[in-house]
Amino acid sequence: MSPAESSADPLVTVEDLHAYYGKSHVLHGVSLYVGRGEVVGVLGRNGVGKSTTLKSIMGLVQARQGRVLFEGEPVTGLPAHKLARIGVAYVPEDRRIFRLLTVLENLRTGLDRQGVTDSRKRELLDKVYAYFPVLAARRTQAGGTLSGGEQQMLAIARAMMLEPKIILLDEPTEGLMPRMVSQIREIIDVLRRDGVAILLVEQNVPLTLEVSHRIYFMEKGEVRHHAAAASLDVAHPVIHQYLGV
Amino acid sequence: MIGTHMTRRDAAIFWIGFAVIVALLIAAPLVLPPFWRRFLTEILIWGLLAMSSDILIGYTGMISFGHSAFFGLGIYGAAAALLLVTPPNLFLAIGFGLVAAALAALFVAYFSTRLRDIYFAITTLIFSQIFYVIIFTWTSVTGGENGLAFTRPGLGIPGLYVARFTPETLHWFVLAVVAGSYLLLRRITHSPFGMVLQSIRENEARTRAIGYHVEHYKIVAVMLSGLFAGLAGVLYALQNQFAAPDFVFFLVSGETVIFNVIGGIGTLVGPIVGAGFFLLLREALSRSFTEYYLIPVGIIFIAMVIFMPQGLLGFARRWLNR
Amino acid sequence: MEIPWDLIAIQTINGIVTGMILALVASGLTLIFGIMDVVNFAHGELFMLGAYIGVLMLASTGSFWLALVAASLVVAVIGAALQVVTLRPLIGRDPLTTILATFGLSLVLQNYALWQFGPVARKIQEPITGQFDLFYLQYPWYRLVIAGLSAAIIGAFWLFLKYGKYGIWIRATTQDRVMAEAMGIPVPWVHTSVFAIGAGMAAASGVLFGPLVGVEHAMGGPWVLKAFIVVVVGGMGNLGGSIAAAIFISLLEAYASIWVSPSQAVIVSFVVLILTLLFRPTGLFVPTPK
Repeated sequence: MSPAESSADPLVTVEDLHAYYGKSHVLHGVSLYVGRGEVVGVLGRNGVGKSTTLKSIMGLVQARQGRVLFEGEPVTGLPAHKLARIGVAYVPEDRRIFRLLTVLENLRTGLDRQGVTDSRKRELLDKVYAYFPVLAARRTQAGGTLSGGEQQMLAIARAMMLEPKIILLDEPTEGLMPRMVSQIREIIDVLRRDGVAILLVEQNVPLTLEVSHRIYFMEKGEVRHHAAAASLDVAHPVIHQYLGV
Repeated sequence: MIGTHMTRRDAAIFWIGFAVIVALLIAAPLVLPPFWRRFLTEILIWGLLAMSSDILIGYTGMISFGHSAFFGLGIYGAAAALLLVTPPNLFLAIGFGLVAAALAALFVAYFSTRLRDIYFAITTLIFSQIFYVIIFTWTSVTGGENGLAFTRPGLGIPGLYVARFTPETLHWFVLAVVAGSYLLLRRITHSPFGMVLQSIRENEARTRAIGYHVEHYKIVAVMLSGLFAGLAGVLYALQNQFAAPDFVFFLVSGETVIFNVIGGIGTLVGPIVGAGFFLLLREALSRSFTEYYLIPVGIIFIAMVIFMPQGLLGFARRWLNR
Repeated sequence: MEIPWDLIAIQTINGIVTGMILALVASGLTLIFGIMDVVNFAHGELFMLGAYIGVLMLASTGSFWLALVAASLVVAVIGAALQVVTLRPLIGRDPLTTILATFGLSLVLQNYALWQFGPVARKIQEPITGQFDLFYLQYPWYRLVIAGLSAAIIGAFWLFLKYGKYGIWIRATTQDRVMAEAMGIPVPWVHTSVFAIGAGMAAASGVLFGPLVGVEHAMGGPWVLKAFIVVVVGGMGNLGGSIAAAIFISLLEAYASIWVSPSQAVIVSFVVLILTLLFRPTGLFVPTPK
């Protein structure tokens, strides 16, 4: 291992990222980092650019300025499919599972990669079916027939099929019942145990504080505050500052 | 290209430029040999057709392949007037031609408001072919493949004073109509109505959300476009004294779109420039390539769509603004 | 009025034969539109190129079937090349620019064919001569072969879409291009492949239909027009709808030709189109969206 590749180096680094939607300047120089196996939360009100940050990392939104590094290498501007192949998975805000594909076919979009043996595919499928028995039961059903919570499971399971090093998770608990929210917490735990890093954008503060190592607070397209999750609790003034109405 | 408030200086520059060009065009038939004189008149007529199409493509953002229908119906309408009514009456010819084109435009307009851009483009293509087939097969009325031949009416008020057109006066008449149409269209596109059209092009959903009845604007745009295309058809009938299904064939629509793109959409003047450029190119290339001039023209067209989507005029404007 | 049952039976078969070819042409078109929002105005020219290459291959190898396969492959490759050169640069731009670009392509291809092959129509010899008795007619076996082969090609493609990794890639990309990319699917490559497949299907139709009509530079025109009508009536992007619409319209036209001349029977397809646009603009065979 060369000196630059020590395990202390972050997995993903975002440096001074500026992004636009058409003419609208949405990200004004976002900087953050996620270490290997870390769960990092991003909190902020609606519209401050949290989702856009994830999308920019994934190459789905053009970055005009700044850069994104993955394992030390610059990846800004790489198309999304290349990022998926090197280990970055994206679970969008509205799940966006392939409604007309079956559950199994949805999983296969991530599973059918180069260099994955059939036995390994079997292993990954079994693992995911074990964590999400509902998906196993519905494996031949079209994705569009699943409930909201089931679709969220599928979206995350699909990302897991990529065997990613980091998952960009955008508001996974949005619109879910409390029972499902705790399921999401369990899944995040599982991923963390597997050594998968997570960049988690959320509105659910207690959940985020529980599962994250560190938290970034965003406002108006910038990162304004950065703290260890352990140093915060729900009543902390910082929470009110960046999330209160 | 959003219309801007013209400063006094801009307006002065425009009018001077306009006057100069019109003066040149007026003088032209007096100095040019007959072939080139007719050529120039043709450029003006095709230019008018291309301008009419620009209303839809450039200003409202609706690509139409249906202009051959409006153009062709203008020709056949004028032909009808000149054949059915004796003595041949200029104003009746114009009237018939415009009415025919307007009816077609109404038909197209009805569907245009219900269809998204791509569907609209395909549908206009199909409609133009429908008109072609009808004209081609309804031999008893339209003369079918052979078309119709008719005489040119005189200029003037029948009963009072009628003068035969000379090549020069015909050219000046066409010039007057085209120049007048240009000014009228320019006025319209710079008016609040024109602004709404451009807003529809930029973002239809938002325009609707603001409260504009987008359907009504689109219908008017199609009618306007159809009327001026029909007018171009009438002029063509006057120039050539001949109507044939070829003019209703889809290729005419296609060439019109080419003029627009080459010249620069959304500029009104651009399409006229595009028409001139294309016709000159065709003339030049046909010396060496005969009928295959469309191959290099097609390649140039594709290259322009990819690399110079603002057309010649847009490119010149950017280059001048540097 | 006496009902001409025998004529109707004959026209039914004719309608199905024409309908299958139309379905093959339209499938490529609707596929290309469904996956990348491209209206391929040059589709008729790909049909025509296929026929011409079929003529050349037949002349050099003497085998119709070899010519069929070769023409499809060659045009598929040409299609891929055209897509990369002229359509990829336009991704992300106003989708109407692709209409203009493919229109330009159709001009270039058509006139290129005219230039290279001249205005005189060429002939492809049908591989199976021989007829059977259908009522009072001698009906050529070859026509049935066309229908069967077209159905086979479409069927094979449908199977490819449904099973197999690449079928999933294509379907995923058609439904949600962005997420397909986020899942590691190389979307630009998928677009090129689908265009190539569509081109190949058009070429195959051209070769199959070649023996029935003359092969000349403008032969694609009427087909692409019909194909567009079929695609709109069937629902753009809807493969099953296009096939159903193709057969439906061809049957209607075939029946109409019993009473009016073929060039007027074309009006039937126009009428169907107008009715569809008026009452079910998303497609006749598509359930109305809620």
